[in-house]
Amino acid sequence: MAFGQLVAGPAAGGSFWNDRRFRGLLAQAFVMGLMGLLIYFLVSNTLYNLEQRNIATGFWFLSQPAGFEIQMTLIPYSAESTHGRVFLVGLLNTLLISVAGCILATLLGFLLGVLRLSGNWLLERVIYWFVEFTRNVPLLLQIIFWYTVFLGLPHIRDSIQVAENFYLNNRGLFTPAPVLGEAFWMVAVGFLTAIAVVWLLSRWARKRQEATGQIFPAFWAGLGLLVLVPLAVYYAAGAPLDWQYAERTRFSLRGGMQVTPEFAAMLLALTLYTAAFISEIVRAGILSVDKGQREAAAALGLRQSWVMRLIIVPQALRVIIPPLASQYMNLTKNSSLGFAIGYGELMAVFGGISLNQTGQAIECMAITMATYLVISLSISAFMNWYNARVRLVER
Amino acid sequence: MDDQTRSASQWAPKESRPPPVSATGIAGWLRANLFSSWLNTGLTLLSLLLIYYSVPPFLDWAILSATFEGASREDCDMAGACWPIVGVRWKQLIYGFYPEVEHWRAVLAFALLLVALYFGLYDKAPGRKYGLWFVCAYPFIAYGLLYGGFGGLEYVESPKWGGLLLTLAMGVTGIAVSIPFGIVLALGRRSDLPAISMLCAVFIEFIRGVPLVTLLFFGNVMLPLFLPEGMNIDNYLRVVIAVCLFASAYMAEVIRGGLQAIPKGQYEAAAALGLGYWRMMAFIILPQALRISIPGIVNTSIGLYKDTTLVSLVGLFDLLGMARAINADAKWMGLEIELYAFIAILFFITCFAMSRYSLWLEQRLARGERR
Repeated sequence: MAFGQLVAGPAAGGSFWNDRRFRGLLAQAFVMGLMGLLIYFLVSNTLYNLEQRNIATGFWFLSQPAGFEIQMTLIPYSAESTHGRVFLVGLLNTLLISVAGCILATLLGFLLGVLRLSGNWLLERVIYWFVEFTRNVPLLLQIIFWYTVFLGLPHIRDSIQVAENFYLNNRGLFTPAPVLGEAFWMVAVGFLTAIAVVWLLSRWARKRQEATGQIFPAFWAGLGLLVLVPLAVYYAAGAPLDWQYAERTRFSLRGGMQVTPEFAAMLLALTLYTAAFISEIVRAGILSVDKGQREAAAALGLRQSWVMRLIIVPQALRVIIPPLASQYMNLTKNSSLGFAIGYGELMAVFGGISLNQTGQAIECMAITMATYLVISLSISAFMNWYNARVRLVER
Repeated sequence: MDDQTRSASQWAPKESRPPPVSATGIAGWLRANLFSSWLNTGLTLLSLLLIYYSVPPFLDWAILSATFEGASREDCDMAGACWPIVGVRWKQLIYGFYPEVEHWRAVLAFALLLVALYFGLYDKAPGRKYGLWFVCAYPFIAYGLLYGGFGGLEYVESPKWGGLLLTLAMGVTGIAVSIPFGIVLALGRRSDLPAISMLCAVFIEFIRGVPLVTLLFFGNVMLPLFLPEGMNIDNYLRVVIAVCLFASAYMAEVIRGGLQAIPKGQYEAAAALGLGYWRMMAFIILPQALRISIPGIVNTSIGLYKDTTLVSLVGLFDLLGMARAINADAKWMGLEIELYAFIAILFFITCFAMSRYSLWLEQRLARGERR
């Protein structure tokens, strides 16, 4: 409710001093003037300070060689690569941990939230204390704790063999690495085709149900297609996938894929912490659906599984989505805590090491902050769009 | 008539049978809550398994096999936790490098904090009217006490603060600053002066869109570049400014939520009474909006309090920073877990208490609404 809508126009017979519009303009001009002065003050100081310290501004450093190694990279990177490349590596690592964390936290959070409502007293208590403990201990402490635990694992010489070709030691978990054959692109194409077919199928099924009332098991058919089509293509193309196993040498392990302790600690801590919050959101969402809805659905003779899928979940989602979106944003922002344990994400490698090496504090911080801002705003835009889709349409 | 009385005197209902044994007492409760179906029984077994694999090993580590007395790492047999590290170093964990003879000042500040919390959080406290003035004055009193430099109190510069003292100082400052700033920002964002509302919106969205670590680094690396030469702000103040900016933006959104929940009629009624903008906000809208947003404010405060651990990343020795510093001591190498567990329990107790308080308050406020 805006104040201006209530009190419109100038007071009758008053002087212009008492005119609301004039006062509004004056206040805005004053605030803007103050902002201008502040910006002038900061910029002039900065320019002076930069000159004093002989720091040249500009983004030329992005094409300079970085000269340091990064432990975990998704794209080829070496010490000769540029700082621009460092930024990309960091961004990809941030996105990797955020996406993986969001997916796992959502799964675990929904599971915990639903299990807490299962009516089992003991399980409810166990989850309650898990959630309360995880929520009320700082995330940074949890990350450092898990990192310490993982670093306490045996030395690489005495790796624990968890399963065949899986080794655990203080340098992480060594797993077989997939080696994609030449024809593997066909499997990817098969998978994409399956997705398109499933989309068309579900549209057709919905249309048919609306027209005739007949129900087509689109979910199971879709799932089957998604699994079977790529699998069929895979074998038709001659199984173009090999595994490269980690080999035990005398003192070490060679080859394979390595899940670093930094990544594992980040993923575990972020997942548990965020899942605790999500489970509370999910619980509140399901509880917010009126009991009468369930009863009315039962009175219509709907099956128990349909009541959940068609009545409860769609209504609960409306309550769940907005806070869930802010949890996703929190998780992404919290991934910057990788800085504390040296997980090579954006803040650690670009906002930390690159900044220290080049001394281009303003540029590095500006790029880092802008990137986080763009990620946050994209998540919020996507979630707003989704929220608008599931919103209750009122007459 | 006669018929009726006769039949009533002849027919008496039988005593109702007692409920079956399986539905009452402990057995009934167990049946209803733990074994009502196959699925439920399975979940119970799963929970028992979880408890079996987590609780006894933890108790064994933390208590049964733990060492409680000793002067160094060598006194611990390493079968369980080695608690002497906490016993020997607890003063550092609480006060940081605050001079030993001045510790009473920190203790007094902690005690006054409890008094302030009592008046601030418990609305039936006797003499609360005056107590609230004390709550508002508390941050100034505490800073005066801790910094000193007047009336015979020795000046203690902020790099010497540390441990729990620093954590609490930052948490309290952040909360105390962010509430008034949050109110101003929230009102600004809802203002119908476009320049002001845009300015506030951009500020809030910017701060909420970036991680706290980047803001702390911003304060640490860039603030010296922004300020005129010779104007030096110490590390603590830089970090506190960043924390306060961060908290204000989040607080503003919580309070804006409260403002939006106030029905339109309240604004209209206030305007009809002839109240201007400031009076309308101060006497009609804000008291109601703030009351609605108290649970949100407490939650944001908990978040802020936990986030103060991040300052250990920019070279301050808060609880976590202190623990990491102690870990670097060769005498106590390899006992990180004990220290982290100790800190985790400290944080858990305080944050859990705050969240229970918020829950209690929410229920009380809901009771007022129901009436």
